[in-house]
Amino acid sequence: MQKFETFTGIVCPLDRSNVDTDAIIPKQFLKSIKRSGFGPNLFDEWRYLDHGEPGMDNSNRLINRDFVLNDPRYAGASILLARENFGCGSSREHAPWALLDYGFRVIIAPSFADIFFNNCFKNGILPIRLEERIVDGLFAQANGPDALRIEVDLASQQLRPEGGEGIGFEVDAFSKHCLLEGLDDIGLTLQHVADIRAYEERRRVEAPWLFH
Amino acid sequence: MTPKTLYDKLWESHVVREEADGTALLYIDRQLVHEVTSPQAFEGLRLAGRKPWRAETNLATPDHNVPTTGRDRGITDPIARTQVETLDENCAHFGITEFKMDDLRQGIVHVVGPEQGATLPGMTVVCGDSHTSTHGALGALAHGIGTSEVEQVLATQCLIQRKSKTMLIQVEGKAGPGVTAKDIVLAIIGETGTAGGTGYAIEFSGEAIRDLSIEGRMTVCNMAIEAGARAGFVAVDDKTIDYVKGRPYAPGEADWAKAVAWWQTLHSDEGAKFDRVLTLKAADIQPQVTWGTSPEMVVPITGRVPDPAQEADPIKADGMRRALAYMGLTANTPISEIPVDKVFIGSCTNSRIEDLRAAAVVAKGRKVAAYVKQALVVPGSGLVKQQAEAEGLDRIFIEAGFEWREPGCSMCLAMNDDRLEPGERCASTSNRNFEGRQGQGGRTHLVSPAMAAAAAIAGRFVDVRELSKR
Ligand code: SF4
Repeated sequence: MQKFETFTGIVCPLDRSNVDTDAIIPKQFLKSIKRSGFGPNLFDEWRYLDHGEPGMDNSNRLINRDFVLNDPRYAGASILLARENFGCGSSREHAPWALLDYGFRVIIAPSFADIFFNNCFKNGILPIRLEERIVDGLFAQANGPDALRIEVDLASQQLRPEGGEGIGFEVDAFSKHCLLEGLDDIGLTLQHVADIRAYEERRRVEAPWLFH
Repeated sequence: MTPKTLYDKLWESHVVREEADGTALLYIDRQLVHEVTSPQAFEGLRLAGRKPWRAETNLATPDHNVPTTGRDRGITDPIARTQVETLDENCAHFGITEFKMDDLRQGIVHVVGPEQGATLPGMTVVCGDSHTSTHGALGALAHGIGTSEVEQVLATQCLIQRKSKTMLIQVEGKAGPGVTAKDIVLAIIGETGTAGGTGYAIEFSGEAIRDLSIEGRMTVCNMAIEAGARAGFVAVDDKTIDYVKGRPYAPGEADWAKAVAWWQTLHSDEGAKFDRVLTLKAADIQPQVTWGTSPEMVVPITGRVPDPAQEADPIKADGMRRALAYMGLTANTPISEIPVDKVFIGSCTNSRIEDLRAAAVVAKGRKVAAYVKQALVVPGSGLVKQQAEAEGLDRIFIEAGFEWREPGCSMCLAMNDDRLEPGERCASTSNRNFEGRQGQGGRTHLVSPAMAAAAAIAGRFVDVRELSKR
């Protein structure tokens, strides 16, 4: 996994609550057996006016000019600003893969669905929960004539909107460490092989039917 | 000793090690695998030159992408076919048991697991699918995971986890006639909202939950995720133990008594503390119908489509307006005046034998309304299908004008050919009514199997309790 370094990015404001993972990447794209290439189909049903299928040439498709991702102000955005319960629904990791493939490294919302929140960290995306009031403020700025740019500093847990005041955010110490160092869970877990074996020995006696 | 919740017991019995920061390495007893969320996990294993830690703890079956008709012709969509073939190859390569598409035991993972006794009380169960909470009905700690975690469980048999908060949802008293597990859980989500359970593990309890069969409890736990909770479960009782007994993967003679002795401890102790408690009265619950694009947008069949003008919260009102526009509905319309184009009886929420029986009771001797373009019945597994056919349920459905299909996820998420066309309205026994869930532009109303069958017969939503009076 890539290490998460401090960067400054453009904020794309997606003003909807309960955005589910099927909206993030519709089911027809889940037939892929790869991890990459989902970016062009991120938010497919909102982003295009025609129906998308895997293998289509997206450059020939009908663009929905009213959808925020297609607004030229937000071209190259790497920070997604969203509303409550972002990422609800199916557990598909294709959702963070699509966001990442498109270029989003940070998602800011008042709340996230659990599995999605977790899946973000596994893929080097930083989901940030902020109070509704602060999110409202960011929406107001991001909706302005000029795109809002924010510096994201994970090490010091600070967002620094250009020309505005810094905003602190919470992140659990373990996830932060993994993001900063680019560590993956499998490598971390395999440092504890002896503990796993010891647990299994104990369980084999307590609950032998789990080991036949 | 401090009294413990069921969640505490399930959690503590699976902690391999705990870190000072509160994260824990949690041991996983069973992983269920399907074709959509596993290819990248297997690819990861191969790339790292790893083998499954305990291949035998994994059980695979294709379900999301399989066709529900003409199985003998194979899968015609080449991309879907590749995905199913990739599962076959991966399972063969890594020594994982798979019930392939032509196996009688194939079906939706969440139907197959309990049916086989592969998911048991007291287990930790995971699957790359959010509806893994279903298995909590057996008194297991079961939750959905992403593909990176699928790979981690394959490689290490563990997950790095943090303990959830606990919520107790009590449904007190007896449910009225015509009120099913589905209505109970939809009513619960109507109370909690779709994010109300976020960060919690939910224990469902109370007389109305205990009165449910294990299958009914699966319906309730299945939808815990629609309340935002990754895991939902019910304490073990005699019904649980009777359900498990004799299933192919259940403990045999030698271990049975020992297993039962442990399972009988799997309930919350008297006086155990929960972070949140919610109580509903079963008698207040009517058959439910969702009207919007989120499972929390639900009303009783006797109700009307809500009016955003009556909603004080402007963000909520806006969401309601958007949902009404998508659903093609007008505020204040009585639910019983909404016509349906299609009907879907199936999915991991409601495709077990009991669900099909409930729908068949309504369908028997009646006809699907001429207005209804298609009414599908999709059993949850090959074994459910076989059982239903032995009971003659297939004949009842076919004579009434329903289509009787092969097992799979089907129109629950429309990855195969079973789907809604734009603007079509469906009475569905599945679990999600999100925009486009059953096909782009499709409009989903979530209901119980009996209510879905009743809608097929009447051509509109109808109170199943009225129908049974006639
Ligand atoms: S039936 Fe529907 S909800 Fe259940 S596993 Fe299949 S797609 Fe998911």
